[in-house]
Amino acid sequence: MSASHGHSSHGDHGHGDGGHPPSTFKGYMVGFILSVILTVIPFWMVMDRSISDPGTLGLVLLVIAGVQVVVHMIYFLHMTPSAEGGWTMLALLFTAVILVIVLAGSVWVMYHMNINMMPGHGMHGMS
Amino acid sequence: MSAVPDYIVREDHHPENGTLLGFWIYLMSDLLIFACFFVVYAVQGRSYAGGPTGSELFDLPLVAMNTAMLLLSSITYGFAVLKMQQGQLRGTIGWLIVTGLFGLAFLGLELYEFAHLIHVGAGPQRSAFLSSFFTLVGTHGLHVTFGIVWLVTLVFQLKRHGLIPENRRRVMCLSMFWHFLDVVWIGVFTFVYLMGVL
Repeated sequence: MSASHGHSSHGDHGHGDGGHPPSTFKGYMVGFILSVILTVIPFWMVMDRSISDPGTLGLVLLVIAGVQVVVHMIYFLHMTPSAEGGWTMLALLFTAVILVIVLAGSVWVMYHMNINMMPGHGMHGMS
Repeated sequence: MSAVPDYIVREDHHPENGTLLGFWIYLMSDLLIFACFFVVYAVQGRSYAGGPTGSELFDLPLVAMNTAMLLLSSITYGFAVLKMQQGQLRGTIGWLIVTGLFGLAFLGLELYEFAHLIHVGAGPQRSAFLSSFFTLVGTHGLHVTFGIVWLVTLVFQLKRHGLIPENRRRVMCLSMFWHFLDVVWIGVFTFVYLMGVL
């Protein structure tokens, strides 16, 4: 396929032909190289312990993973806001919202429960 | 105008088929299953019950190797899709087989890891941490297993019928499934393995 179609600002996957634009070798390679970089960095950071604080390092790891998920979505799964008339994106966003609620909510609730159920900890201090 | 029924005329734009959208919605529901297992691991991942911890058990070089296998299988699947779009049947089948071999390598390494863990007494029954670990990682491994079964089936379909529209659709569905599994694996290696050894 040619790279000379009109809207080059959207990259090579921006065709609005109602669903599934042809994939390109360049797109897959860009996605692959970005993924390799975004995989090597977190493994290296953990093995090398360049950041000693586990909390900070964990946060950095999650951010890098989030970026790599987006890279995969764009370059491998060819997600665009216009694919299938926007329905795939809508389903993805809906799922992401549920996922965040379930994940963050559970961690939040269970964390506080663990703290409050700890023997000899805080039970009397709670009013 | 009045001779033509309205319901035919009105349907101006319509995806060529709804299968890919439907399959995407299936993947999203699958993602919710994984989300539940991630939640269980998030809650129970530090409940060692006096048993071994993640930093004692996890072999990061092995996990890195596993990650590489899955990532390589993703790009080779991409090549299979490209060959299919160029109408090259042999290339499509060839890259699909390469993808399947990388998938098998991934599974082999994962089974080796599981066998090793169980051998040293860190099986799923040891602690809540290991139960949730085996459930989450094992579910992903099962998905990869069925992905390979699907892939082998598809190779035979392609050999028999060639690049007919139905097979093209199937290749695209498996493509979504395969890349989706790689996306889930990003969450697994980050959240379970890397953060588990911190």
